[in-house]
Amino acid sequence: MKGKRTPLFDLYPPGVRLTSFAGWELALHFGSIVEEHLTVRRRAGLFDVSHMAKIRVRGERAASLLQLLLTADVGRMAVGRCAYSLMCREDGGCLDDLIACRVAAEEFLVVGNAANREKDLAWFRRWSQAVGGAEVEDGTEGMAALALQGPEARSFLPRLAKGAEELPPFGCAVLDGAIVSRTGYTGEDGFELFLPPSLARQAWEEMIGRGVRPCGLGARDTLRLEAALPLYGQDLAEETNPLEAGLGRFVCFEKGDFVGSRALREVREKGPARIRIGLVLEGGGGAPAGARLHHEGREVGRLTSTGYSPCRRTFLGLGLVERGKADLDLFQVEGRGGKTLRGRRVPLPFYRRGECAGGGEAGVS
Amino acid sequence: MRPVYPEDLLYTREHEWLRVEDGRGRVGITHYAQEELGDVVYVELPPPGKRVTRGESLGVVESVKSVSDYYAPVTGTVREVNEEVKKHPELVNSDPYGKGWLLVLEIENEEELSSLLRAEDYRRLVE
Repeated sequence: MKGKRTPLFDLYPPGVRLTSFAGWELALHFGSIVEEHLTVRRRAGLFDVSHMAKIRVRGERAASLLQLLLTADVGRMAVGRCAYSLMCREDGGCLDDLIACRVAAEEFLVVGNAANREKDLAWFRRWSQAVGGAEVEDGTEGMAALALQGPEARSFLPRLAKGAEELPPFGCAVLDGAIVSRTGYTGEDGFELFLPPSLARQAWEEMIGRGVRPCGLGARDTLRLEAALPLYGQDLAEETNPLEAGLGRFVCFEKGDFVGSRALREVREKGPARIRIGLVLEGGGGAPAGARLHHEGREVGRLTSTGYSPCRRTFLGLGLVERGKADLDLFQVEGRGGKTLRGRRVPLPFYRRGECAGGGEAGVS
Repeated sequence: MRPVYPEDLLYTREHEWLRVEDGRGRVGITHYAQEELGDVVYVELPPPGKRVTRGESLGVVESVKSVSDYYAPVTGTVREVNEEVKKHPELVNSDPYGKGWLLVLEIENEEELSSLLRAEDYRRLVE
């Protein structure tokens, strides 16, 4: 199946392995997911993330529209700031998780999941008609996006992003025709660049020429899992509210009413029905996403994301379990082929910056 | 890198290799198989002493992105498993025909060997 290709597709080095995702044909890896992962943890890697939904919201009421639709306090966001936020339905279920960047007083760039692009656009447009004074435009295919991630990301910034090293975490700026933010999805320091395709191609070639390693979606997934960053469609869904997903700190109740606030206040008062946990899977191999979690022979939850951790050299799982099981240390995990694995509860995130130092222990030469 | 298929091995259509050594067969997965899987991070090995029939699953090889069964190239009894590959599954990637071997089977019926592919036939299958 051929999908849409990003403006950088033909610049991928030979040896790229492709995968389909949300109608796009994207790079899964360029040789080794594990090596790409470790390079991002220890040096820096470059991801083509042009498939991400990029929605421009402009106008005198742009901030009011986002204040109404997002859980973050957009009203208090200064120009040059970005915020991670949920966007919820009236019942509190998550429509998407996204990053909103205030690039000017009356202009935002909202970066959401590729799979939610049409849904997000429809939601923004529906509400913008009600609010008025805000224009919503799909900038996804007119703009490319690059994510430069890792402790050494700063030293690989392309010329057009000069000055970006001064940005604070979650800061953003318009530099030389590009929107640059100090954001990412790996748990490392890094930058994301949103820019016209021709500039993106130049920036990609410049950074690759300086020796940064190209990385694919495979490493993007293992990196975000170690950092316990949620993936929409797995850890988040319309049936999941942000409080049970462990994202309560991204919901600003103090800002007043917003879409979903009534339902979320109720959840907060009663306490969420489920809680987010992190497990190390023991007993051999991984488990499929969605695997059942048992305690004393009874199903008490599910794994929402699973995968291998190159830094911890073990399989990990993010799960949602009944609130009453919050104190358990051990779960039985339904593995593949009827196998039962032990799921040992560990604190989240699985990885913190600097905890994946080089050396022989990772077994990769 | 161009896949390599040593002449002294026999191959299956499911991408296992077998090296005959004094009535026993050392088994692993091919260069092509490890490349398709990507980084191998877990290998499940059968218990020594287990009898398996040709085509029966011996275990799974799991990479960061996929899980695959591997199968007995011939009928026999598991005599030895590679403990080293349990600790260092990446040996399957770095040395699939050497340190990345998986197990040794005591071959029950040598006639079954004639059903396996020679290097040249296997090369044609995967290229």
